[in-house]
Amino acid sequence: MSQSTQAASEFTNVVRPPWWRRGALAGQSAYVLAALVVLVAGIWIIAPVFMTLRNLGNIATNFSFVGLMSLGETLVIITGGIDLSVGSVCAMSAVAMMMVLRLLVHTPLAEVPLLTLALAVLVAVALAVVAGWVNGLLVADLRLSPFVTTLGMLSVCRGLTFVLTQGRPQYPTGPDVAVFIHLTKGTVLGVPVQVVYLVLMALLVGLVLRHRVWGRHLYAIGGNAHAAGLAGIHVRKITISVYVLSAFFAGLTGVLMAGWLGAAPANLAMGYELHVIAATVIGGANLLGGVGGAVGAVLGSVLIEVVRNGFVLIGANAYWEQVFVGLIIIAAVLVDQVRTRRMT
Amino acid sequence: MPLLDMQGIGMDYGAIRALGRVDFSVEPGQIVGMMGDNGAGKSTLVKIIAGNFLPTHGQVHFDGHPVRFSNPEDARNAGIEVVYQDLALADNLSGAANVFLGREMRRRIGPFQVLDHVGMSRRATELFRELRSETRADDLVRSMSGGQRQAVAIARTRLAAAKLVLLDEPTAAISVRQVAEVLDLMRTMRDHGTAVVFVSHLMLHVFSVCDRITVLRRGEKVADKRIGATTPEEVTALITGALETA
Repeated sequence: MSQSTQAASEFTNVVRPPWWRRGALAGQSAYVLAALVVLVAGIWIIAPVFMTLRNLGNIATNFSFVGLMSLGETLVIITGGIDLSVGSVCAMSAVAMMMVLRLLVHTPLAEVPLLTLALAVLVAVALAVVAGWVNGLLVADLRLSPFVTTLGMLSVCRGLTFVLTQGRPQYPTGPDVAVFIHLTKGTVLGVPVQVVYLVLMALLVGLVLRHRVWGRHLYAIGGNAHAAGLAGIHVRKITISVYVLSAFFAGLTGVLMAGWLGAAPANLAMGYELHVIAATVIGGANLLGGVGGAVGAVLGSVLIEVVRNGFVLIGANAYWEQVFVGLIIIAAVLVDQVRTRRMT
Repeated sequence: MPLLDMQGIGMDYGAIRALGRVDFSVEPGQIVGMMGDNGAGKSTLVKIIAGNFLPTHGQVHFDGHPVRFSNPEDARNAGIEVVYQDLALADNLSGAANVFLGREMRRRIGPFQVLDHVGMSRRATELFRELRSETRADDLVRSMSGGQRQAVAIARTRLAAAKLVLLDEPTAAISVRQVAEVLDLMRTMRDHGTAVVFVSHLMLHVFSVCDRITVLRRGEKVADKRIGATTPEEVTALITGALETA
């Protein structure tokens, strides 16, 4: 390696990028992390209650939900697509899970420990996957625009959620409720269990993106789908797979949210798609495709949640929170633009 | 014996004849320039060689065997690679990632197959060195010059150990200095024994690297000459039709 870099530095026609465009600073994550440190320090000084375990736990729980969905969204955005349906799919899965639990509670299946819980989770996630698969088919086979397709799916899934529940919140029932609550509301070594799920999933997504052929091909499709096709990459299959995975993460998040809340209201995660996309973009994903990562998605989610929490703690007018989050999104895109502007 | 030998190749779309009955051949280690005005049949012929179209008439032999390429994979498997005019590279990936796109090197870690980043970077660096191109394997293609991008695209063909490389207008949209680089890349390929078909309408470039030149006009081959036996003036006349054949 060192030998090849040495040889390369002798090239006359290639300029080595300046230090601030190399290594860790080449990505967006370093800048988001820096912004995060500044924000945390600022909020901590103004409102010391920020740094209490209880508050940090609250923040962590909240950003875990957005973070998990952002992981799936990141995969879609890397390929140059977008998934607006995550919030609705999340609600549909949560509600479906509660309804399956209630359906099964008086059947003999309820006698078997954990069986009803497993079935309910399975149905919830399967339903999400079907929604994602339909998104994928419409985008990959019928060449519909991802924006419009998933906007439609947003409405379809939210509508179905209201139709199924008639607008009434659904509650977990049956013999496995205690286990369910434990798995979704508990802590592991003092860390909220949602954070554990997020970290595990982020690790998995990050490793796959960086080190697996499938991950490499996502970036290739986002960079130049035509070239990817000519190189023999299965563009169609991979495109479908990212929509399925995005919906999978949304469904999983729905299950976790329902457990944490102890209920699944029909308006669960309403408008979350905007937080999710914002987190992904703040983390450095480019809506034009080809750029993005798991670390960025998580950092973006953390940043948004810290801002929202900080606003409340500082006692600022809560209406300004949205304005501030919006400005951060724009600032993030601006930093990204300046950072990657082509060297001449 | 020619590497690629096409006899009486024709392409009819219903009553419309896109390509007459053309003979075309390429020897190993030879650069053949293919010239002609827009609509002369160049791209039809190139697409037949690359497996995009099956010709409606004629016989193709490649490497001594009769072949029928019904899709680009067939042609690629036989040892024919195409460098497209737009180069078909992913700007957001490194040179090495582009060279290996679709045929990534992998290694095992426990039960998992993972990308061999170091191996690919090293092999790509070797390929660029073979091509005598100053291209860093780990640079993003986005930050590369036109000549370096050509090197990446051509390195892809060397990775596949292609016997025949088709270059579609590789010098049309790049600067003078980069043109020199690309023409050198072609000479290097020839020196390695690869046959090259250079599709271009830039007389100067064709005359500076090609061993032979084939001129098409309105779907017919109007000339096929050694480069020393013709002149740019004659070829221009052949392309425009001022001269019927030569």
